[in-house]
Amino acid sequence: MIVFLIFKTVLIAIILGLSLLIAMYATLVERKFAGFIQDRYGPDRAGIWGILQPVCDGAKLFFKEEYMPNTADKALYILGPSLTMLVALLTSAVIPWGGNIAIGGNNFSLQVASSSIDILYIFAITSMGVYGIMIGGWASNNKFALLGAVRASSQMISYELAMGLSIASVIMMSGTLSLSEIVHQQESMWNIAYQPLAFIIFFTCALAETNRAPFDLPECEGELVGGYHTEYSSMKLGFYLFSEYINMFISSAVISTLFFGGYHMPFINDLGLSQNVVTLLGTAFLFVKIFFFILLFMWVRWTLPRFRYDQLMKLGWTMLLPLALLNLVITGIVMLLV
Amino acid sequence: MSLTNRTKVVSNKRMSFLERLYLPAIFKGMVITMKHVFMKKVTIKYPEKTREFSEIYRGRHVLKRDDEGRERCTACGLCALACPAEAITMVAAERQPGEENLYREEKYAKVYEINMLRCIYCGLCESACPKEAIFLTKNIVDSEYGRAQFIYGKDKLVEPVEKDKRIDVSKRQTPEVLAFKKLPNERHNI
Repeated sequence: MIVFLIFKTVLIAIILGLSLLIAMYATLVERKFAGFIQDRYGPDRAGIWGILQPVCDGAKLFFKEEYMPNTADKALYILGPSLTMLVALLTSAVIPWGGNIAIGGNNFSLQVASSSIDILYIFAITSMGVYGIMIGGWASNNKFALLGAVRASSQMISYELAMGLSIASVIMMSGTLSLSEIVHQQESMWNIAYQPLAFIIFFTCALAETNRAPFDLPECEGELVGGYHTEYSSMKLGFYLFSEYINMFISSAVISTLFFGGYHMPFINDLGLSQNVVTLLGTAFLFVKIFFFILLFMWVRWTLPRFRYDQLMKLGWTMLLPLALLNLVITGIVMLLV
Repeated sequence: MSLTNRTKVVSNKRMSFLERLYLPAIFKGMVITMKHVFMKKVTIKYPEKTREFSEIYRGRHVLKRDDEGRERCTACGLCALACPAEAITMVAAERQPGEENLYREEKYAKVYEINMLRCIYCGLCESACPKEAIFLTKNIVDSEYGRAQFIYGKDKLVEPVEKDKRIDVSKRQTPEVLAFKKLPNERHNI
C-alpha cells in the first residue's frame, strides 16, 4: 500500500512537472515554428537555439507589475486565471501514460487515476475550462474582455456538442468509457482506421476548445485587444497563456489515446523485450505522438487565418454537428451489420 | 482594354461541395507553410552579420579635411540653404592669424550642427557644397536615448586629422559626380 502511494505521488509529480515543462517549451517551439513558416529564425538569442527563452519569458511575467483594475471584482478577477490553470492541469490525471510497470513484484499502471468513466471525467473538466475564461472576462469589467468571454462561452458550448458526439462513436465501438481499456483495444489496429471522420471532427473541436487559431476568437487581438485577458497582467496573464499550452498538450494526449493507439507501438511485442522496457518505450512513443499533434496544432495555427464569428458558428452547428451525428449513425449501422 | 494583363475577373459563384469542406484547401495551405519551413531564411542576424551597404550609401555625414589636415568647410551656408529638411545650422567665424593649419579658408564654421532626426539623407548638402567639405558616408547614425543627442556638432562630424583614420568618400566622388558638379546650372560649385 505504501509503495503504491509513493509510486502514485511520484507519478503525479512527474506528470505535473512534465506538463509544465512541455507547455513551457511549447511556447518556444511555437515561436520557432512560426518563425520558420514565415521565413524567419524565431528567438535564438537566449542560449543556444533560444532554449532559455521560456525561462526569460517566465521571469519577465513574474516581475511585471501586478495590475488590477479598480472596477474589477477582486475575488473573481483572481479566481479566473486560477480556475483556468487548475482545470488545465486536472485533465492529465486519467490519461494512461503507459502500460504496467513492475517494481519489486508489484504491477503499477502508469495512469494516475484509473476509473471506468475516464472520458466523462475529461469532458466534465474541459468544459469547466470555459468558466475560467468567462469569470476572468466578466470580472475585468471591460467591454473587450466581456466580449471575449461571451465569445468563448458560446464557442465552447457549440463545439463541445460536436466533440462529444464524435467521441460517442468511438465509445460505441469500444463499448467502454475507460481510457486504458480503449487503448488496450487498439493493440492490433488504431481507432483512426475505423473512425477517420470522428478524428477530423474531434481535432477541429479540440482546436476550438483550446482557443487556438483558426478558432481563437475569444482572444482575437485584432478586434478585442486580447479578448478575455485584456485587463490581466503579470503572472495572472501568464496563467492564461500557459494554460492554453497545457490544454494543447492534454488535447494532443487525448487525441493520441483515443485515435492513435495511445502508448502502443507497432511490432513492439515481437522484439521480446522485458515488460518494463516495453512500457517505457511505449510511453516514449506516446510522447512522440503527442509532440506530433502539438506540432500539428501549431502548423494549423500558422497556416489558417481566424474565422469570422458567424462562420465559426455556422461551421460548428451546420457542418460539424450533422457530420458527427452522421458518423454516429453510420457507426451504429456498421456495428449492427458486422 | 487593360493596362496590365494581370486582371482577374472576380466571381461570387457558390462553392462546390469539395470547396465547402475546406479540408483540401486547408491541406494545400499547410503544404505551402511546410515548404516555407525549409526555405532559406531572410533574417540577417544583425550583430554578427551586417547587411551589405551600397558603396554610395547615404548615411551619417562627415566634414572632410584637406590633405594637410585643414577643415575644408568655409561656412558659406549653401548646404543649409539646400537642405530641404532644414536640418543644418552653422555659425561662421573668421580665421585668426596662426590658425592657418586648422582651417583652409579665411572663414570657417565655428559651430556646425546637423539634426540627425530632421535629416532625410537626400544628399543635397553634398551636391551643394562648393568646397567638397560635406559628404554622406556608409556609416549609420547610432541610436541614442534622447532627442538632444541626435544633434551632431563638429565633434562628431569632422573627420579625424590622422591620415589613417580619414573617412574614404572617393566612391561618392566619381568623375561623373565631379562632372555633374561643374554643370552650368550648378555654377556655384566652381
